[in-house]
Parts: sequence; structure tokens; C-alpha cells
Amino acid sequence: MKKHVTPLLDELEKGPWPSFVTEIKKAAKTSEMANDELGQVEYSFKTKKGYWKHGGIVGVLGYGAGVIGRYSDLPDMFPGVTFFHTVRLNQPSGWYYTTKALREIMTIWDKYGSGLTNMHGSTGDLVLLGTNTESLEPMFAEYSSRGWDLGGSGSALRTPSCCLGPSRCEWSNYDTMEACYNVTQEFQDELHRPAFNYKFKIKFAGCACDCVAASARADCSVIGTWKGPILIDQAAVKEHEKQGMNITAEIINMCPTQCMSYDGKELKIDNAECNRCMHCIAKMHKALKPSGERGATILLGSKAPIVVGSLLSWVVVPFIKMEAPFTEFKDLIRKIWEWWDENSKPRERIGELIEVKGMRPLLEAIGQPPVPQQVKEPRKDPFFFFKPEDFEKVFTKDKY
Amino acid sequence: MALPKRQTDIGPPHFKQFLPPVIQKNYGKWKGHDILTPGLMVHVAQSGDKIWTVRVASPRILATETIYEMCDLADKYCGGYIRFTSRNNVEFLVSDEKNVAPLQNDLKAKGYTMGGIGPRISNVVHTQGWVHCHGAATDASGLVKAMMDEFYDYFTTKELPNKVRLAVACCVNMCGAVHCSDIALVAVHTKVPPVDDERVGKICEIPTVIASCPTSAIRPNPAKKSITINEEKCMYCGNCFTVCPAIDIKSPEGDGVAIVVGGKVGSLRSNPKFSRLAAPFFYNDPPRWPKIVKAVKTILETYAKDARKHERVGEWIDRIGWESFFKKTGLEFTFQHIDDFTFMRDTMRTASTFKW
Repeated sequence: MKKHVTPLLDELEKGPWPSFVTEIKKAAKTSEMANDELGQVEYSFKTKKGYWKHGGIVGVLGYGAGVIGRYSDLPDMFPGVTFFHTVRLNQPSGWYYTTKALREIMTIWDKYGSGLTNMHGSTGDLVLLGTNTESLEPMFAEYSSRGWDLGGSGSALRTPSCCLGPSRCEWSNYDTMEACYNVTQEFQDELHRPAFNYKFKIKFAGCACDCVAASARADCSVIGTWKGPILIDQAAVKEHEKQGMNITAEIINMCPTQCMSYDGKELKIDNAECNRCMHCIAKMHKALKPSGERGATILLGSKAPIVVGSLLSWVVVPFIKMEAPFTEFKDLIRKIWEWWDENSKPRERIGELIEVKGMRPLLEAIGQPPVPQQVKEPRKDPFFFFKPEDFEKVFTKDKY
Repeated sequence: MALPKRQTDIGPPHFKQFLPPVIQKNYGKWKGHDILTPGLMVHVAQSGDKIWTVRVASPRILATETIYEMCDLADKYCGGYIRFTSRNNVEFLVSDEKNVAPLQNDLKAKGYTMGGIGPRISNVVHTQGWVHCHGAATDASGLVKAMMDEFYDYFTTKELPNKVRLAVACCVNMCGAVHCSDIALVAVHTKVPPVDDERVGKICEIPTVIASCPTSAIRPNPAKKSITINEEKCMYCGNCFTVCPAIDIKSPEGDGVAIVVGGKVGSLRSNPKFSRLAAPFFYNDPPRWPKIVKAVKTILETYAKDARKHERVGEWIDRIGWESFFKKTGLEFTFQHIDDFTFMRDTMRTASTFKW
């Protein structure tokens, strides 16, 4: 194996933070691929340019997703990375593993790939970084026979992901882990065989803390919430104060709806004014907790800047029950996809389509009425459409 | 050896088999938690059962060798259970309190970094960069390493007013929540890409290339069966390169890194926010990009000094105003800071009530 001289990358093995260079070097001890990966990355650092070619169509038989073709632009210099495809393995909900399972995944990877991974990729998959085309089928046989399947890629449903929810968190308003698993199982065809006009991501967050960045990174953001009052343990409030919390400055004054008060004796919340932002609950976690009916808010559209600017998801369904087998949610997703499929152009995300067509056709397609919870404020321009049925159903002469 | 029989559309394995027994028993019945140290928290169930979590930094790119070592540690101290967080930290789940200190000692001895819990910097979400991406305008792992060597104490010990989420994207596709992070780096191109007419005609679909441009800068060039780019309209987003490799926008001289600040994804106190431009350009300067690290450090330390407890970076800036942000950080305000893309009308100031 050719030993690459890597003075620039060696510099990034210094310092206290764990080094990705050390990881590549570890894999390079036994893998020709990882060794030439090291060489090519050093060359990029030297020339300030990347040398990977676009993905070609590679994959496993019967699937159109889960493998991203990657080829070096410098195969003569770095033959080990002539082919360096990415394989996405669908992660288990909440990224929990037993060491037995994890070892098994890695042993297969050592046999067929570079020995390099991403734990995990941005969408959530367990990413196996760098293998060649011939290895894909045998590797897939090894993984799938042991219960592991590929994730999404391309114009398909992308691998859904979730926060760890009720498994280790007191705030989760629905079972994010089960929802993620169940919905992923339901839509295997949409995940593995790209049939959409572009990608579609679903992320499940148990509360407004949103530890999976659902509000910013999912075409469909499912964010847990509740309808009842916040329960207060007054003794625990005192305990927080005793431990140094300035309740007026840190809680009362920071409440976005100013619905709380504290007179040094009793904490009060005007629950009708609360917007469930989670600040007080997260900071006074011993004293406060939600109560009553649980479910989620469904928001649509968030994405990164390409093509015409980034979007955060918009509230579409203010409240939905999220209980197994999640029939209502699955029906909603199917209706959203149908409308998107019928109306979108190639490479148009759902948020962009809503912007082009307007919110009304989407809401009509999924059977949702207009409610103030969907908007930050009503429109400020006087240019609005009317349909004939609006005069029959809403603006009737007896009322208007 | 014959291969085992392949299966399709089986989906991921059910998570229950990967949960430690104490989690299975108390699933959905957790009462609360305490952050004991920056790298250790304990969750307490209604039943009184407890589980300790030791959080460890990760470069996200992990060799199998490292993962085997983590598995050994998890076998020794955690009954064989381990998990990863949404920010790619590694979490060792300890069911027996007696195992916490020995695990911590062992992790320390093996050179692992514990921390990231509570009001501090957690692991940095980042993209592939030169390690694996065709469109990268910088290297993501390298920038992360350079920053976190500098901000190491903010992961392991030091407190900040609230959590600070750092992210790095190696191009404007932003495969990471860069557009909604407290402080983030995003690599940008700054030059109109050259068009290889001969290859465009051969390997690219012209209507797709034209449609890919957000500013309608691309027109067909029928004479050459190619396209032309209007230099006055091109904002170097690189989306045309994504659909057509013959428009190679990558440029060692022109590619660099911008800093954006003030985004968040949670709804605590204020709604989720987009990150805004703090500094439009620094030259790529591997392996350690010192000018970028210095600028991020200035922003971080100004926030640490100036923000009120629990304010995220974006909430702090909303309170003091952007004019104060630029004054306090000393960052230069340039033409690039004024939006001339899609959101100008929402970002201009409409009152005389600003600060000097």
C-alpha cells in the first residue's frame, strides 16, 4: 500500500478535539480505499478543491435509493477511491444499538467497504462511506438477511428520524420512536423506489424543544404538543429558587406570552394565554409539567436554501392525535403526496409548491379548514381570490 | 461461502431490542433529569429507577476500529447498550451507578472527550466537505476540528448563557441545520462558473439546467447546443453544477466561507429562527482557517459576555439590535449584508429608532 505524505492533515491530529484524520488513518491501516481517501483529502487541502465526481446510478437490484454513487476525479493518483460509493443503512429509532448489532454491522462493513462511517448522516441514516459497485449486492444480502435495510436517497421519501422521545425524556407528547418506526415500515416502497418529484423528509419531535430539528429540516415536521394546563408543584418551585434560580428574571420575564406570575410564594400560570413554548417547563423541569390531551402539530415545508431560499415549516394541522397505528397521520401524508405529485415540477419541494400555488389548494386537498393557528398574521395586501362557493358557504347574505 | 438470502423492504429493526432493560421498563414513564456534570446526566423514572448518560464528543467520521472500542466500553460498563444523539454525540447508557466513575476514567484514559450537555457547545453538525462531496466549496470536518480545538472548554466545562449550536455546511445546499443554527459556517462560491460547452451538450439536459437557476441567469445557447450565464444575474449558488457537472463552479481562488448567526430550531421563548449573515467571506485557508476561527471566537465571546441567562444567540441579537451586534463584535458591515435576493422587503429597516 502506498504511503501518502499528509503534512496538512497531520496538523489536524494535533489539539484536544477528536480528529477525523486519526479516524481515516485508522481505517487506512488495512483498507486501500481509506488509504487513498486520506491521500485525496490531503490533495484537496493542498489545492483547496474537492475531487469527487457526481453520483452515477448505482444501487441494489429492485431499489432506486439507498446507495449514492461516488467516484474520484483523480483515479490515476488515487486508484483506491476510483469507486467510493455511500451506502445508507436505515438507523433504528432514536439511534439506539446493542453492541452485538453494531459489531455485526461493522464486521460486514470491514469486509466490503473502507471501514469508514458517519455515525450518523444529516438525515439520520447510519452512513457507510466508500465501497465499490461489485460489493453492493453481496453486502446488501448480508445486511438484509440480518434485519438491516437501506435508507432513502434521491427523489424519494428520505429515511424518517425522531428524537428519543418517551424512551428517556419526560417531555415527549407522543411516542416518537414508535411513530418513526411504524411510518417508516408503512412507506417502504416510497423510501426505496424514488417516485416523487423531489425528496420528502419526515421528522418526529416529541415537544417544542425539537431535538431533531424537525421545524427546519423536514418537509413534514411532526412536533409534539398538549392541550391541558401546566401542572405546578409549588414545593419544587421553591426548590428551584433555593438552588439559585431567579424566578422573576429567568422564568416570569422570559415567558413570551407573559402568562405567568410569582409573588415569592406561589407561581401562577394563566393557561389560556400559554402558547406551550416549553421555556418554563424546560428550565423548571422539577416543578412544571404538561397535562391533558396529547398529540402533535403538523407543519410542512422546511428546507435548506436551494433553490429560492430556506424555509421553516408552516403550521398546517394544529393538532392531531399520534397514536399507533397512526392511521390519521398516514392518511394525511398520502393526501399531501397526492397533491404534491399532481402539481409539482421536477425538483420542487412541497414548501416551494405551496408558495407557488398558495396554501388554500393544499388545505382543500387535505381537508383542513383555515384557522388562525396556521398564520403568524393575516395578509397585509388587499388582493384576494374568491371562489363561487365562498359566497354560498361563508359570505351568505344573512350574515354579511 | 454462499451468501445469505437477501430480503427487501423489511425496514429498520424495531428499536425495542436495542433499549437497555431499565429504559424498556420505564418507557414513557420518566419523571425528570439532572445534569450532574457537563458530560453526565441522570434520568429518574416515576418508579424511582435511574439511568445515567455519559456523553462523548465524536468527529462523526468514525473508523470501525473506534466503534469496536466503544462497543468494548459499552459491554464493560453499560450491559452492551450504546446510542448516538441527533448531533452525533455518543452516549453511554449506564444502568448501575457503580459503573459511572470507572467508565468515565476509562474514557478519559483512552482519550475520549466528555461534555456537551447543558448550556454549552455540543457536537457540531456538519457536512461531508472534501472528504466525500462532489460540490464542496470547503472542507467541513477540517473547519469543525479547527473550531473545536479552540472552543474545547465550552464543550467540557465552561458555561454559556444557553446552548450554542454550531454547524458547518460545505456549500449552500446546507446538508445540516446551518440555516437555523446559533453560529454556523457556510461555504460559498464567488465566481461565475465557466461553461464547458462541448460537455454541456453531451452530458446535461438543457431545460433542467435552465430551470435550476434561482435568478434566471441561464439562457440557452442553441448555436453551441449549450447554455450561457448572465454574469450580472448569477449569484454563484452552484445549483446548475448540481444538475450539470460541465458547469464546474468549484474554484480554489474563489471559494470561501461565510459566517451566519442567530438561528434556532426549538420554540422555547421565541419561534424558530433563520440564521443571518454576520460575515460574507473568508478565503479558504486550510488546514486551520485561523481568521474564521478568530471571528467565530469573537462572536461567541461577545455573546457569552453580553447575553442574559437563557438567551440564545439570536434572542440576544434581537434584543440588542443588529447594529449593536456589528458594533460589539467589530465585524465589518458590507454590501453583501443587505439582502438583494428574495427577502429584501422583510429585512430593511423602516424606522428611525436605531442605536448609534
